[in-house]
Amino acid sequence: MRITVTVDGTSYTDDVEPRTLLVHHLRERLGKVGTVVGCDTSNCGACTVHLDGHSVKSCSVLAVQADGCEVTTVEGLARDGTLHPVQQAFHDNHALQCGFCTPGMIMQSIDLLADNPDPDEQAVREGIEGNLCRCTGYQNIVRAVQDAAHHMRPGAGPEAERVAGVDQATGSRAASSVGGGGE
Amino acid sequence: MIPAPFDYVAPSTVDEAVRALVDAGEDAKVIAGGQSLLPVLRMRLAAPTTLVDLGRIAELRGVREDGDALVIGSMTTHYDVQRDPLIGEHAALLARATDTVADPQVRHRGTFGGSIAHADPAGDLLAPALALDAEMLVAGPAGRRTVPAADFFDDFFTTAMSPEEILVEVRVPKHTGWHAHYEKFNRVAQAWSMVAVAATVRTEGGTIAEARVGLTNMASVPVRARGVEQALVGQAATPETIRAAAEHAAEGTNPTVDGNADVEYRQQLARVLTGRAISAAMAG
Ligand SMILES: Cc1cc2nc3c(=O)[nH]c(=O)nc-3n(C[C@H](O)[C@H](O)[C@H](O)COP(=O)(O)OP(=O)(O)OC[C@H]3O[C@@H](n4cnc5c(N)ncnc54)[C@H](O)[C@@H]3O)c2cc1C
Ligand code: FES
Ligand code: FES
Repeated sequence: MRITVTVDGTSYTDDVEPRTLLVHHLRERLGKVGTVVGCDTSNCGACTVHLDGHSVKSCSVLAVQADGCEVTTVEGLARDGTLHPVQQAFHDNHALQCGFCTPGMIMQSIDLLADNPDPDEQAVREGIEGNLCRCTGYQNIVRAVQDAAHHMRPGAGPEAERVAGVDQATGSRAASSVGGGGE
Repeated sequence: MIPAPFDYVAPSTVDEAVRALVDAGEDAKVIAGGQSLLPVLRMRLAAPTTLVDLGRIAELRGVREDGDALVIGSMTTHYDVQRDPLIGEHAALLARATDTVADPQVRHRGTFGGSIAHADPAGDLLAPALALDAEMLVAGPAGRRTVPAADFFDDFFTTAMSPEEILVEVRVPKHTGWHAHYEKFNRVAQAWSMVAVAATVRTEGGTIAEARVGLTNMASVPVRARGVEQALVGQAATPETIRAAAEHAAEGTNPTVDGNADVEYRQQLARVLTGRAISAAMAG
């Protein structure tokens, strides 16, 4: 089946088998290997990307279901070599050890902050409950998300993922002009 | 793992979807949010020959008012159910139960109708649908029919729908102003309910005028705790009357034994969680 998906601001048209999972399409066809696979059961969240502005587990979406949609991966967050505020906060707060969960954690944290720009500790823990980390014990991840919240104006969501100069449809949530890392 | 190969169709109307199911034969399957189906396909526990995707059928999404009921399109996501103002006002029990389902990513994709159609006894939206006397509108080759929740759930993962039928929407009588709470007991890293209790009550003055209580995972299908409901009606909502009513929660139940819990433990959970659910509903 022929599908067109916009990934990190670039439109790609490809023939895919219907059984291709979105995460495999991203990694193997488009070379977006920043998004990883950590389980077979849809539990770990390592594969989290944004699909039309909302976080999803890309191992649990068929590539054909993303036809006509816009996908943002962790590779699409930095702007001109400057990290997205959430990426920077993970760096500053030592929110990773092996780093395997990190792409998914960052994508889910951005989704959380779009819904709740100033989450308390409990809200952060619930917001990332679909993402498992086997290393950190979550302490520094929670700290990083709250730190990022303080560095961002409300709503880090779809707007933050816009590629400068490209007018794309935005999601339904309140969005701000926070440019990924640009400020 | 990668699922076994299948054909894929994404019709834009319910009629086309039914026709696609009929044409594809008995090994066809509907895919809604895919949050239960795709893990099953990835583990190769099932290998349908055709998937009929409901995701492009606009009429299946959204919530509307219809007289004294709400009508919830089967493809309305958990995320949208949680935030829908009509559901918050007229069927708060559904919103509270949906809050406890899975995690944010799964709630963005997973659908209300998919949960109902999947009929997992640990699914969190079955008992609330039963407690609220919901009705399922189903479309098939012979047309459309309505099935009350009490007749819809047949067994583990089995409903009154035939393989060629599609759940179109769920009609939920308005329970405007009712107090509601969903009390769930689960392992921390696993969102699925070991047992959960859906409770909603209407009060007049300090007295409970009406009560609906549904139990999750206390049988192969959701069950109503009628004994609790009867014991509550006409009572003042005091800790003593709530505790006494909750004692009836496990009456007549014969829950499944699994690695998490045996019969006695599940029955004890049902009583304790019922007390908590009613107390929390009254406080909310
Ligand atoms: C990690 C994880 C945790 C979860 N935790 C919970 C939890 O705590 N509580 C809970 O309740 N659920 C939980 N779920 C399940 C989730 O709620 C699913 O969204 C839901 O079970 C199925 O909805 P879906 O739209 O994804 O359906 P799908 O996966 O697409 O379909 C499920 C089944 O229903 C059939 N079907 C779907 N829609 C229709 C329709 N309209 N008509 C006819 N047949 C249909 C499909 O053919 C399939 O057999 C969890 C899932 C995951 C991955
Ligand atoms: S790879 Fe584990 S949830 Fe997607
Ligand atoms: S840093 Fe290793 S899994 Fe999270």
